Amino acid sequence: MYAEGFFLQALVYLATAVIAVPLAKRLGLGSVLGYLIGGVAIGPFALGLVGKEGQDVLHFAEFGVVLMLFLVGLELAPARVWRMRAPIVGLGSLQVLATAAAITGLATLLGLEWKAALAIGLALSLSSTAIVLQTLVEKGLIRTAGGQSAFAVLLFQDIAVIPMLAFLPLLATAGATPFVDEHTTTWVSDLPAGGQVAAVLGAVGAIVLAGRYGLRPVFRAIARSGLRELFTAGALLLVIGIAMLMAKVGLSPALGTFVAGVVLANSEYRHELEDNVEPFKGLLLGLFFIAVGTSIDFALIGRELATILGLVAGLVAVKLVILNVLGHLFRLGTDQNLLFTFALAQGGEFAFVLLSFALQNGVIEAPVAALVIAVVALSMALTPLLMLFSEKVLIPRLGTRAEIEVPPTAVEETAPRVVIAGFGRFGEIVGRLLRAEGFEASVLDFDSDQVDLLRRMGMRVYYGDATRHDLLAAAGAGSAELLVVAVDDPLRTKRIVEVARRYFPRLRILARAQGRVDAQELVELGVEHVYRETLDAALRVGRDALHALGVPAYQAQRTAQAFRRHDELALTELAAHRHERHYVNLARRRIEDVEEALRADQQRANESKDAGWDVESLAEELAPEASSKP
Amino acid sequence: MSSPDPRRVLLLFAHPAFARSRANRALIEAAQRVEAVTFHDLYEAYPDFDVDVAREQELLVRHDVVVLQHPFFWYSSPALVKQWEDLVLEHGWAYGSSGDALRGKLWVQAITSGGSEATYCATGEAGCTMRELLRPFERTAVLCGMRYLPPFLVHGVHGMSDETLAAHADEYARVLAGLRDGAYGPDELKGARLRAPLSSGAMPV
Repeated sequence: MYAEGFFLQALVYLATAVIAVPLAKRLGLGSVLGYLIGGVAIGPFALGLVGKEGQDVLHFAEFGVVLMLFLVGLELAPARVWRMRAPIVGLGSLQVLATAAAITGLATLLGLEWKAALAIGLALSLSSTAIVLQTLVEKGLIRTAGGQSAFAVLLFQDIAVIPMLAFLPLLATAGATPFVDEHTTTWVSDLPAGGQVAAVLGAVGAIVLAGRYGLRPVFRAIARSGLRELFTAGALLLVIGIAMLMAKVGLSPALGTFVAGVVLANSEYRHELEDNVEPFKGLLLGLFFIAVGTSIDFALIGRELATILGLVAGLVAVKLVILNVLGHLFRLGTDQNLLFTFALAQGGEFAFVLLSFALQNGVIEAPVAALVIAVVALSMALTPLLMLFSEKVLIPRLGTRAEIEVPPTAVEETAPRVVIAGFGRFGEIVGRLLRAEGFEASVLDFDSDQVDLLRRMGMRVYYGDATRHDLLAAAGAGSAELLVVAVDDPLRTKRIVEVARRYFPRLRILARAQGRVDAQELVELGVEHVYRETLDAALRVGRDALHALGVPAYQAQRTAQAFRRHDELALTELAAHRHERHYVNLARRRIEDVEEALRADQQRANESKDAGWDVESLAEELAPEASSKP
Repeated sequence: MSSPDPRRVLLLFAHPAFARSRANRALIEAAQRVEAVTFHDLYEAYPDFDVDVAREQELLVRHDVVVLQHPFFWYSSPALVKQWEDLVLEHGWAYGSSGDALRGKLWVQAITSGGSEATYCATGEAGCTMRELLRPFERTAVLCGMRYLPPFLVHGVHGMSDETLAAHADEYARVLAGLRDGAYGPDELKGARLRAPLSSGAMPV
């Protein structure tokens, strides 16, 4: 009855999420706290719906962190990571070293042997990537100076875990088990140190190379199949594959997928990948937070309440002090420093890994490990509350109330003034014309071959379906001024227009229409600028044909111009009473439309001549007696 | 005093409704009978006003005499002539310290007007002479280092008889040929008139 058990578990977790998170959000607590409280509620110490398997769920759900770092990487082009090198290396290393030293010292003072104290110090120097990033993104603070600093520190910590894992066995007093992860055996564990380093570098290099050259043809092939779920499958396959490769060479899977994300950040499939991975990340991360909630050992906490509360307070206090000093050192303003400080003042999920690893290696004893794990879990649960406290109480009092700074580079990269939907024969001309005047449009197109070609020409082109508002938003529709709808399918054009008008009402829309009927429908949808795709070319053909027949070029030009004016007028007039008629089918309607247009032409036939250069009336007035004129 | 080689004459023509202009048709037909005159219809070449600057400049360079023929609209030329001037007569090419491409060339305007000759004098309807009204063209030509010749004028085209028009057309052909062969030039024109004594009354020069 494995399946039944699985469904039952899924039912419990999903119900927890659906009930707890909206409640928490309504109370202003944020989704992370909602998940955590939900987890506590269903855990063995409250409702008891979930028992010891909570630990397994936690391991499974850690994959959510992996997905999250992949998404974070997708948001960060290599150039931006490079610009962040100072905070990542400087701020990150100082935070880890200072915190580890302080906690090691305190633990020694509390009577622990120095080796155990050092293991705990290292484990507790890390913060929770999952909770912090999720909260910052949810609050929209990730792009602020404080958010970016927090992110830089978290990134360094993810890297620092690797040497820590390698270092812990060296602390083992006696009979230490070899360097083996509890879940997997690595390919490199038997290699000498140099070989291990080479394998690690090789794996990262392979990811970079694959991301740069190998993955795009693969995604293009998948995209060409036209099946959206296949793209989802491909995206998950990529992330899981990288995670496994990383585990095999003893690296953090999160780090590996982060690298892959950064490499793919400049690719045309970025938005599509984001959209496909996002829901999985969200669910798994939610599961992870619930699992953290269920795994808090309230029995232990009950027994050692004073000790544990004291330790949590001590941990948070030490971290707060060190982070705040570092924030000052790196010139964060008061608001941003408070944000940075309170965001990172907790133990993290890596502490679970490091502590259980240290336990296996005999570096620490089981009761101590259980105690510290409880402290970490509580500090994690406390984080959203602490951030709330800082945001609602401290910052309004201490803060300078500076506007939340968005780095200008972020705006540059994400705020094109024009979004072009569809970059085939039509949109391509629009985009090139805009480019000739120095306007770089953000382009969405559905044809992966086309996208690939244009990317090679250096255009900012993304692969994706512009009828989806999230993709439009990703391409910058939220801040753009113009949306050029240049797709060739009238139905998709209408859907894009409807979506854009609903979600981005400020956008001015310039839409390509196929024929008269489509144009009328777009006018009815409220689109001010409608362009029939064949009108201009047909008018030029007509003009040149007239010229070839002997009509002077400029006269043919003026006739075509007048014709166009009248035809546009007729179109809007006909659109007005279009609904009075009932059409059997579209073809019939097109014929009737042309019929109406022809009738309108006849009425206006005499109005379209230029009177400005007509000399007849003037000649009559000036020389009424002239009779020699033929 | 004519130079041994014939001058190369470029006839720039601008009429937005050529098909409706009897006078200009007569003049153009006469002009086309004159050999070695390059005829260039601006409204035919640029119906969308998208003047090809390089092509126009090359045409100018290859000729010694520029004749601009157009009807007189609102005391000036049709709109395309202004567009042509604005785009083609570039700084650094036509004028300015390094702009000498047109230096020494001759500039002549051939103009048809509905008003009678009497219209264009201090006491007439226009309140000034044709030469005064054409001052912008004259200054343009002078700034480009060209020799500005007095215009060839056909007044009162609306009521004009076919015979008179034909006589004007013949005279136009002679003037063009004269410009080509050096019979008319800045030196010869001192005190002379471009126009033969066909018109009644003095031509305001």
